[in-house]
Amino acid sequence: MKVLLRNPRRELDVPGPLRVNALLAKLELNRESVLVIKGDTLVTGDALLADDDSVEVRPVISGGAV
Amino acid sequence: MTKCRRCKGPAVIDIRRHNAAFCTDCFLHHCREQVRKSIHDFRMIAEGERVLVAVSGGKDSLALWDILLDMGYDADGVYLGLGIGDYSNESHRMSRAYADKRGAKLVEIELRDDFGFDIPTGSKAARRVPCSACGLSKRHLFNKAAIDGGYDVVATGHNLDDEAAVLFGNVLRWATDYLGRQLPVLPGEHGFPRKVKPLVRLGEREMAAYCVLRGIDYIVEECPMAEGNKHLGYKEALNAIEEQSPGSKAAFYFGFLDRASAMFTPQAVAERVDLKPCSSCGAPTTGDVCAFCNLVVKATR
Repeated sequence: MKVLLRNPRRELDVPGPLRVNALLAKLELNRESVLVIKGDTLVTGDALLADDDSVEVRPVISGGAV
Repeated sequence: MTKCRRCKGPAVIDIRRHNAAFCTDCFLHHCREQVRKSIHDFRMIAEGERVLVAVSGGKDSLALWDILLDMGYDADGVYLGLGIGDYSNESHRMSRAYADKRGAKLVEIELRDDFGFDIPTGSKAARRVPCSACGLSKRHLFNKAAIDGGYDVVATGHNLDDEAAVLFGNVLRWATDYLGRQLPVLPGEHGFPRKVKPLVRLGEREMAAYCVLRGIDYIVEECPMAEGNKHLGYKEALNAIEEQSPGSKAAFYFGFLDRASAMFTPQAVAERVDLKPCSSCGAPTTGDVCAFCNLVVKATR
């Protein structure tokens, strides 16, 4: 599957099928710090991603002046 | 397949600290209910009051504005152009686009045009950390915009993660003066407008999800000046704890409000009593000239 990552923007090929939580573990990402977007919606941790899927893993942490 | 806790349809997001998952409609309902509860419990906004939302083009402020408008509040936005290259251009464009889409009023202030400096060059000239110069400028100019525009309250998009991270930093250093002021509502008094944080019951991940599911375009990229700052480090540390023990951030922050905050408020209240008008701009300050006017002098010399 195609996986788009941000900050910096880059694309990875990851073999599927794979559950979202397994994908995040493989990428060593904290589930609390990202969303997984497929099309125009979100997918939960137990969703199964197919080998021909395209997903975006979007970081949600922001922080500058408070 | 994970099911929505409310309607039992297919879920699109799981929120581990609530041990719950929601479909799109029920998640949007959940976000609005959390904001409604914050506004009610902390007496943030009274009926008929005019609200000025501090908008940055990021997920939190645009989601907050969207929720307040949907709840029927009389809410305008205020955007401050910080002059941080493409990042500021893009955040301005997204703020403007959202205002246009909703037919909402956006008050626009540009640091360079209106005060003669921007954050990258001004913070260097004034020998301040960029995030410190940025925060100081935002606090001063959002207060001023609210007073000048006759707004009753300034609403900011600080979420649960922001508040937990600030609290974490303040506790690490036992910054008792800051701890006394870390409240979801700061009263309007001594020349300051009331300031409220209606997103304190919602996490950062929920706010990003809200924007994705509502189709709100926001700036995903991190501010280039904030890279590697302490605040981001505190958030990462707290998220590492949260992953092992969901609900830790909420317990930390709301436990502080319930059981510790009042111990630190007398010091903060005493500081506010000593305020007098800045000799340059008239804003309330403890010195002769306020910190923002000092920054302008140093940043433009």
